[in-house]
Amino acid sequence: MATFTLNGEPVSVEVSPQTPLLWVLRDHLGMTGTKFGCGIAQCGACTVHLDGEATRTCVLPVSAAEGAEIVTIEGLSDDDDHPLQQAWREQQVPQCGYCQSGQIMQAADFLTRNADPSDEEVTEAMAGNLCRCMAYRRIHRAVKRAAEITQAREASTAGVGVFDPARAKEVTHGQV
Amino acid sequence: MARFDDELAAVEARQGEARGISRRGFLIGTMAGSAMLAFGLSGIAEAASGSASEALAAGRYEPTIWYAIAPDGTVTVHITKAEMGQHVATSLARLVAEELEADWSSIEVVYVDSDPKWGYMVTGGSWSVHHSYLPLSRAGAAGRIALIEAGAKLLGVDAADCRARQGRVISGDQSIGFGEIVAQAGLERRFSEEELAQITLKPAAERRVLGTQGGAMDVPAKVNGEAIYGIDVSVEGMLHARPVLPPTRFGSKPLSVDDSAAQQVEGYRQTIELDDPSGVCQGWLAVIADSTSAAMRAADALKVEWQRGDSYAVTEADLQAQGHALVEAPSRDNGSLFVDIGDAAAGLEGASRVVESTYTTSSVLHFQLEPVNATVVEQDGHWHVHCGNQQQTLAVGMLAKALEVDESQVTLHQYYLGGGFGRRLYGDYTIPAALAAKALGRPVKMLFTRPDDTRFDCVRSPSVQRLRSGLDDSGRVVASEHAAAAGWPSAAMAPAFLAETVENGGKVDSFAISGADHWYDVGAQRVWAQQNHKAHEVFVPGYLRSVGPGWTTWAVEQHIDELALAAGEDPARFRLNLLRAEGRNAGQAPHSVGGAERLKAVLERAMAKADWDGRDSLPDDVGMGVALTFGQERNMPTWVACIARVRVDRGDGTVKVERLTTVADAGTLAHPDGAMAQLEGSLLWGLSMALHEGTEYEKGKPKALNLDAYTPLRMDQVPEMDLEFVDSDAMPVGLGEPGTTVVAPAIANAIQHAVGVRLRDMPMRAEALKAAL
Repeated sequence: MATFTLNGEPVSVEVSPQTPLLWVLRDHLGMTGTKFGCGIAQCGACTVHLDGEATRTCVLPVSAAEGAEIVTIEGLSDDDDHPLQQAWREQQVPQCGYCQSGQIMQAADFLTRNADPSDEEVTEAMAGNLCRCMAYRRIHRAVKRAAEITQAREASTAGVGVFDPARAKEVTHGQV
Repeated sequence: MARFDDELAAVEARQGEARGISRRGFLIGTMAGSAMLAFGLSGIAEAASGSASEALAAGRYEPTIWYAIAPDGTVTVHITKAEMGQHVATSLARLVAEELEADWSSIEVVYVDSDPKWGYMVTGGSWSVHHSYLPLSRAGAAGRIALIEAGAKLLGVDAADCRARQGRVISGDQSIGFGEIVAQAGLERRFSEEELAQITLKPAAERRVLGTQGGAMDVPAKVNGEAIYGIDVSVEGMLHARPVLPPTRFGSKPLSVDDSAAQQVEGYRQTIELDDPSGVCQGWLAVIADSTSAAMRAADALKVEWQRGDSYAVTEADLQAQGHALVEAPSRDNGSLFVDIGDAAAGLEGASRVVESTYTTSSVLHFQLEPVNATVVEQDGHWHVHCGNQQQTLAVGMLAKALEVDESQVTLHQYYLGGGFGRRLYGDYTIPAALAAKALGRPVKMLFTRPDDTRFDCVRSPSVQRLRSGLDDSGRVVASEHAAAAGWPSAAMAPAFLAETVENGGKVDSFAISGADHWYDVGAQRVWAQQNHKAHEVFVPGYLRSVGPGWTTWAVEQHIDELALAAGEDPARFRLNLLRAEGRNAGQAPHSVGGAERLKAVLERAMAKADWDGRDSLPDDVGMGVALTFGQERNMPTWVACIARVRVDRGDGTVKVERLTTVADAGTLAHPDGAMAQLEGSLLWGLSMALHEGTEYEKGKPKALNLDAYTPLRMDQVPEMDLEFVDSDAMPVGLGEPGTTVVAPAIANAIQHAVGVRLRDMPMRAEALKAAL
């Protein structure tokens, strides 16, 4: 039995202790936003926050997360309004999108440690996350932009919601 | 070379027209008390007839099969193309919205399941916008015509006095919404192919959608974890499977299987041998388990004794040796002439100077980040295959063969693709999942691990090319011969796509040679396409982002530089002199209007932006090189010029790309921001292949199986980039691939300029440059 907190909710899963956290999240808890890319912690698609720290989950046994606070892309914000998500939409970052949960989780941890990063610091922080579509310029711009948004939000006392037209669409798959 | 449309028509004709239309329901639901997405069978009965009456029954109006308008005004565009990062639905919906005069906020899209009614389903070749431009624009216009007609009646005015804007039909100060018209008029007007062909599209000056800024419809779901890819599919009652790949792609078989260690893995069920009538899976096993991780661990624990196929002994060097032999003595036994203009042999004989070089490229992996996978469910004799796929029509045919059922009993359900890049043009990865589901009589989800995916990849074939060109006394090019040898993807996967050549009866995979038929005037010209059969013994040669132009441009654009140097001329100005919009290079309306003149224009613009004139005063070991491409096909030219500035470290031979300046003319941009994203990504792909990728076949598989050995570009290797599109309202062409091809030769030419060394083998490795220095 593995027990930890997932996006603020306590969860218990009957699973063998060496199962990588990634597959517990995806197969057992149905949280599919976190992706599988290389399986050797080299691409970053499986990145989540473990006790606030960006962590690769494809090689992390669930036993290592016992009692931890896990946050996935699904729990990053209440209303998809995390500064990184806003910046990602503004800058139209994703292409195929498959690595983007990991990119965003990596950047979210980084920005909590460095609220006003230089260009070089962003590159250094993000160089471990592979984007096979090579949307690197936009990822870089969006991390910088998210830092600006965060600072602007902190400076603002009004707390008024910002209309974001890019969020107005839903996309469906299926038969017609 | 035949136009793609002609080839496609031939392929479709061969498939037979009598196939019935079947439609089955498959609903996406939410399992109670769980966040898991479930795809449960809904039990919807087969519809008796086509979509027009169905739509009408639902109160919707479908002027053509490409979209439906609901009584609430929602316009649902049916997307038959795969979404793999190109925001294709946004571009295609824009084509419809432009002519329909729809309100953009009323547009929705559906990525449709496979069905013969959609025609040949394929997403590749940078074709989507180009090939959809006329059909979808005309479909949009047809809806507008019908809505104005019906709206005028409802308003009690003459249709000639009406116009449509923003989802409404307007006459003077009266107007009525599209939805109201559909709800009140019971519209039934359908348009025949002949009627659609008669429709005249809006002049470019009246466009309100194409070419405007705006976001992509798929972006929001890709930043919050909601986007569903094939790997995310979950079906009630499914088992998890991992394939166990034999040592070679062809001709291996398991002699004994010991699963005693696998038995110790919790959740392991069994290992089965796959019997594949289609021949895709030769000697495969599948490990079946209750979860993904159990299947992975159990497969690792399996002990299998194999009888290896013969190709186990073939190495990358053997493949290259075969390529060298083919280009030394090209023949009709191994291919055909692709270009034959004038008497090239005589031209070379009479030249005052002949420049000859041989260029190679090594095997390249797709490494799309989502490993291939499929989930297969059989219900009442119908096979439902869930995955992301770029060529559903081909996959359905393969699945029918493997499952020994009729194609009408197979439906492929489409999801987002975690990268395509041509890998998912071949649906071979659905076959083992389907065979396992059949053998077990249960739904099966099969996921390949990364090394499994790499071993099963249909890689970009290694290539060898030999170019010989002659100059006269004045430095003018008078003749050129080009022979290119590689594996031919179409021969391996879809022989129906092999094209007739300039020779009677000759067949060639144009995807493996396109680019050699360039727009430079080189006098007499002869191009041989040669198939490297040895490559086909080892792997299935694949379509990888840009395919043939990925290697032909590497050779042609270096060779042009070598000719310029031999003639003592500046390589950019040498190119300008070879680009004349005359004769075969004049271009044809609408596809290639302007011809070579447009390639010249992008080059001149790039030279100005990159300060080409300052090229001779760069610091030591810094160089600037140029390369051009016309994209994927002469019939769909995307005109691109790229100038690379590099710095060479003489100590260790490393190359730092400091700046890429690129100017592209792709005609009308349906979705400009998406176009820019494609250009950015494709250029960096080109850089990645030039310096950081490439692997070698050894013992039946690529040497580099994962990121510990295969090293695509990372953020810290991205150069400065200055990118620009030419403002044009010409026919839209392709953008997914063209940028990939120019970067490597531009870098090679820049390295030559920086340190005087020419690297003719891709990838360009630091060790090779250091050795040459």
